[in-house]
Amino acid sequence: MVAFDEMRPENAGLRRPYATYNEWLSAQDPARLTEKTRDAERVFRKTGITFAVYGQEEAAERLIPFDIVPRIISGSEWRRLTQGIEQRVQALNAFLDDIYHRQEILRAGRVPKRLIAENEAFLPEMIGVRPPAGVYTHIIGVDIVRTGENEFYVLEDNARTPSGVSYMLENRETMMQLFPELFQKVKVLPVENYPQLLRRSLSAVKPDGVSGPPTVAVLTPGLYNSAYFEHAFLADQMGVELVEGQDLRVVDGHVAMRTTEGYKRIDVLYRRVDDAFLDPLTFRPDSTLGVPGIMDVYRAGNITIANAPGTGIADDKAIYSYMPEIIEFYTGRKAILGNVPTWRCSEADSLKYVLEHLDELVVKEVHGSGGYGMLVGPAASKKEREAFAAKLKARPANYIAQPTLALSTCPILTEEGLAPRHVDLRPYVLVSDRIRIVPGGLTRVALKEGSLVVNSSQGGGTKDTWVLDD
Amino acid sequence: MLLGRTANGLYWMSRYIERAENMARLVDAGLRLALTRTTDSIEEWKSVLVSAGADRTFAGSGRELVDTEVIDFLLRDLSNPSSVMSSIETARSNARMVRTALTRETWESINEAWMSLKRMLARPVDQRDLPSVLDAIKRETALIRGAFHGTMLRNEIFDFSQIGTFVERADNTARILDVKYYVLLPSISWVGSSLDNYQWESILRSVSAHRSYRWVYEADYKPAHIADFLILNRRMPRSLAFCYHNILESLDFLAENYGVTHACHATATQTAERLKTATIKDVFDAGLHEFLADFIRDNNRLGDEVAAAYRFY
Repeated sequence: MVAFDEMRPENAGLRRPYATYNEWLSAQDPARLTEKTRDAERVFRKTGITFAVYGQEEAAERLIPFDIVPRIISGSEWRRLTQGIEQRVQALNAFLDDIYHRQEILRAGRVPKRLIAENEAFLPEMIGVRPPAGVYTHIIGVDIVRTGENEFYVLEDNARTPSGVSYMLENRETMMQLFPELFQKVKVLPVENYPQLLRRSLSAVKPDGVSGPPTVAVLTPGLYNSAYFEHAFLADQMGVELVEGQDLRVVDGHVAMRTTEGYKRIDVLYRRVDDAFLDPLTFRPDSTLGVPGIMDVYRAGNITIANAPGTGIADDKAIYSYMPEIIEFYTGRKAILGNVPTWRCSEADSLKYVLEHLDELVVKEVHGSGGYGMLVGPAASKKEREAFAAKLKARPANYIAQPTLALSTCPILTEEGLAPRHVDLRPYVLVSDRIRIVPGGLTRVALKEGSLVVNSSQGGGTKDTWVLDD
Repeated sequence: MLLGRTANGLYWMSRYIERAENMARLVDAGLRLALTRTTDSIEEWKSVLVSAGADRTFAGSGRELVDTEVIDFLLRDLSNPSSVMSSIETARSNARMVRTALTRETWESINEAWMSLKRMLARPVDQRDLPSVLDAIKRETALIRGAFHGTMLRNEIFDFSQIGTFVERADNTARILDVKYYVLLPSISWVGSSLDNYQWESILRSVSAHRSYRWVYEADYKPAHIADFLILNRRMPRSLAFCYHNILESLDFLAENYGVTHACHATATQTAERLKTATIKDVFDAGLHEFLADFIRDNNRLGDEVAAAYRFY
């Protein structure tokens, strides 16, 4: 399986977007580059850009490895991608509105009813609720993989609480600190204004009754959450409060935060707490991370929750396989960005195929994330595959399978010089009165040679992602 | 606008940074005194433990009362919530919690202090390395203070941190004096004894005041002067009067900011007033120990009142 290299594809020489960078790179002393890699690590450790890996006590705070070779995308490639992404997030929001109201798509038989009814991510509490400005999923991270010059696929839609955007921002910041001269040579579109755009976007979907600028806050599960750094970072960059459940209560029909001067109303809550923990009166009663009664305030239209509760039904891996139909149903056009072909193991024929071809496929849990609980067939041992097959047979509806894609590669700096590694891309999309996409995103890279798993929890790293102003 | 939880985090972050530094000084002074050989060094380490407010936790730790154990307990033991390592850990997790309220420089200085002390205190400290470790602790906390004072806007965030710093510092100075109050009593002490000289110097050293003392008073140590310096001198940065001047200033800014005063304002005003008008003779006449015990109690109450007034919980 030969992967497409984004810098030097086989038998094709250097690709255009990398031309200026390559010129600069070949003039660099390798020792200096290695030194810069160490500088970058020091910067990250100093600023405390760490994440927690669940189940690894001794490494409670770890750095995500950063590679100093940027991943470069041309302006025209980017424009094509954004069209596909815009279409997709429009469809996601239309789908959510439909699912929680008339359910036309189910009546039309384009998506099976049981997929919704039996899905844990579907919240009956949201039926008939229309969020402020009609937006359900405000912040979306679309995972995109590339397999060739013009072949892009969406691997996953993250419509609940996508994370990683702080790395996109810090990676750029670090690159500009390390190589200021490079940014003079190459015209790279800026990503730095993401926090301002996020605040603007959140403010644009304030509740109807709020005149004047709304009070926005970021809700975090707290210090020990793996993405706490990002929550604090975004609140800081937006200039809004970072709150925890213990700071909030419902006062006179509004959600309010405890300040040194008493309780103050919040209009828009960017929550990074899962649905199940949002309101102990409605969902998990043992949750201390949420706000008792917030769902009543929400239903009364007195607060915007971003993303809306129940958006998980749109990025569920079982629903994902229907995205081409969903996009066509709501936009009337074929999907610009394709899906990766997906077998739903809930269907007998598919299950049979998957079991027969386990050594070629990637099998994922429908509700899983972070690369936990998945099987990469070609990389697994016979024993691992057999063990997985047993799980698969026991609960087939819990799994989907996809072909092992030859993800494109980008070079990383190793001790032996540049070497290709597989990458994916997560651009961040903001939806409110309009759709905003910052030119760039998070490039995740599998640091192990040949590995296809890019998740940071599984030893993946990140790169700065450049979209050229050309 | 500030979250009550953030105010609480700032207050404790500052208290624990101050505590880490004070702990290093106490160990330093104890070490110095133990080296003189004119004193019973175990007694000295006992009084260091009492000054640190850690005598009970130490007794419960099952450790033997010898210098190496006491030092290890005060510097590294995570079961001792006031050890240098515990203090830095607590200060940092509070700083992480209030990160959005701190300048990048301040946060980074705290994070770097945590990283370097974690490394330095990973294993028991060899006696020979002790001086350089203690210096490093003082240097790291000084860097935090420098970043904080050099970059933080003077607003409510600053004020809650200041209050934390000075409530902790006042508590520390008062405890050090109270543990040694008997060597300061004029009736017991007599000038010229080398024992007393060492004791007095040790008191001053534990608040880094052994040099500045000589700039203000004559070269000779006199108990009344030492007490005056550490209790009433308003230009001495670790004196009770200095601490209360700063606490009151910050509380006044908060009152001005929010347009309301609370019980803590009355308590702080009363204490500050007492420190301003009293002479050292008054203090001795009323009883040094009684004065200090009252002070420690009122200072604790002030902390509780601040927490209640500004909805820390």
